[in-house]
Amino acid sequence: MEMYTDSKLEKVLKNGHMAVSSECGPPRSSDAEGIIKKGHLIKDHVDCINITDNQTAVTRLCSLAACVHLKNEGLEPALQMVVRDRNRIALQSDILGAASFGINSMLCLSGDHQSFGDHPSSQNVFDLDSMQLIQTARYMRDEGKFLGGEDIKVPPRLFVGAAANPFADPFHIRVPRLAKKIAAGAEFIQTQCVYNLDRFEQWMEGVVERGLHEKVFIMPGITPMRSVGMAKYMARAVPGMDVPKELIDRLSGVPKDKQAEEGITIAVESIERLKECTGVAGFHIMAIEWEEKVPEIVERSGLYPRPKVD
Amino acid sequence: MIVGEQKPFDEVWEMVKDHKQLTVFGCNTCVAVCHQGGNKEAEILASLLRMRATQEGVDIEIQDGGIERQCEHPFFESAKSMLEESEAVLSLACGIGVQFVAEKYMSMPVYPALNTTFLGDVQGDGSFTEKCQACGDCILGVTGGICPVSRCCKRIFNGPCGGSSNGKCEISKDIDCAWQLVVDRLEALGKMAEYEKLTPIKDWSKDRAGGPRSFKLEGF
Repeated sequence: MEMYTDSKLEKVLKNGHMAVSSECGPPRSSDAEGIIKKGHLIKDHVDCINITDNQTAVTRLCSLAACVHLKNEGLEPALQMVVRDRNRIALQSDILGAASFGINSMLCLSGDHQSFGDHPSSQNVFDLDSMQLIQTARYMRDEGKFLGGEDIKVPPRLFVGAAANPFADPFHIRVPRLAKKIAAGAEFIQTQCVYNLDRFEQWMEGVVERGLHEKVFIMPGITPMRSVGMAKYMARAVPGMDVPKELIDRLSGVPKDKQAEEGITIAVESIERLKECTGVAGFHIMAIEWEEKVPEIVERSGLYPRPKVD
Repeated sequence: MIVGEQKPFDEVWEMVKDHKQLTVFGCNTCVAVCHQGGNKEAEILASLLRMRATQEGVDIEIQDGGIERQCEHPFFESAKSMLEESEAVLSLACGIGVQFVAEKYMSMPVYPALNTTFLGDVQGDGSFTEKCQACGDCILGVTGGICPVSRCCKRIFNGPCGGSSNGKCEISKDIDCAWQLVVDRLEALGKMAEYEKLTPIKDWSKDRAGGPRSFKLEGF
């Protein structure tokens, strides 16, 4: 397959390997030490590390700067970009900036609404939506132009990804919506955390039926539960999250000090089952503030060692 | 129509309390429909202010009045002498009316009694909902007649986002997911094939972003 960028994720996926990505959230501080440490914890077990962009609308050290810190350490970051906080001038500018630092992958997102974060009285931008950001990044790379029509002397070469939530409503448009993201130019997809495997597989059936899995690399999101409390919270309070009752029951049936371990086991079992699902090209492991567990999950799932592609 | 809501009474009082004379001035069209700024509401607000003035021992002469619309010159004729003799005006119009009064009476202070909240409809049960943001480039023709600019919290043109749950928006169970409504309408119209067409990047220069907008009728 033709390679368009220097992205390690692109190389792993296009060489036919099951890819593994993970993500880290930058600190609420001007000290980047925390994110660098997190990156080093997982660097040998993943192909790229997404850096979240003011996730949950809480102000943090910016994604681009955190990516640069990881890049300087020889790691492979993927820049997450939300369209909530920046207009098309700033988004395109940051894409150029990222490319100038050798950041090779990006993920285009809407962003959580600011009402969830620490500045609920802020304005939101939404000049573009996430699909239009995908289009923008691809247009800049492939046509070598800004949205305004001017040429870019050295176009930014980024591997462009998007998110998908197979569990949000209405369910029947979730496959057409993926098709739309592919039409916009998405090259890889990292999904919302998958707990309801039946429903995920049902979505994938629809994806495969339309041959969409041959047009985009789909990486289900895996987030280990640390406790039954976390499972209940996610089921109750996180919009668009589908946590089946059986999972909560399974965690409840385990003593409190063993629940985290059980959560890891569930994550590993999910990966093992979804590896067999047609169209699954890899996994996006989001161990929220629990990055040290990523290596164990990757190893126990048989995804280690990571392929060498350079 | 334009919907407004009366400001908290204390905020209104703080704005006007230092005047010796005040005209509380209603606008009897849009903001009268939502029972916030009509001539009747002006009368009630004037009474409340008189009571407050008495309680505080403040000497203000407060009169009330109103016209049909504070955004057009001809309607002001009937209130001409009342306004000319006023020291200050507390307008119950939307922001348009308040500014119209300000520009008409250069040396007279005018204060807003309302917060202008949105362009919306009347649901019939005393509730009013936002339906338009006057973005200047209407796309209702391709979204099944449902406006994502005003009704989606992220004004997403290719929605819904991942936060749509049981027809509701992630930010509140009281807010319908606009894109659920779009999809429902497209289905009812037999136009679901349209859903997969990407809505192009919007030209926001026709919106507020392009500066204050105006238009002039040719040959008027």
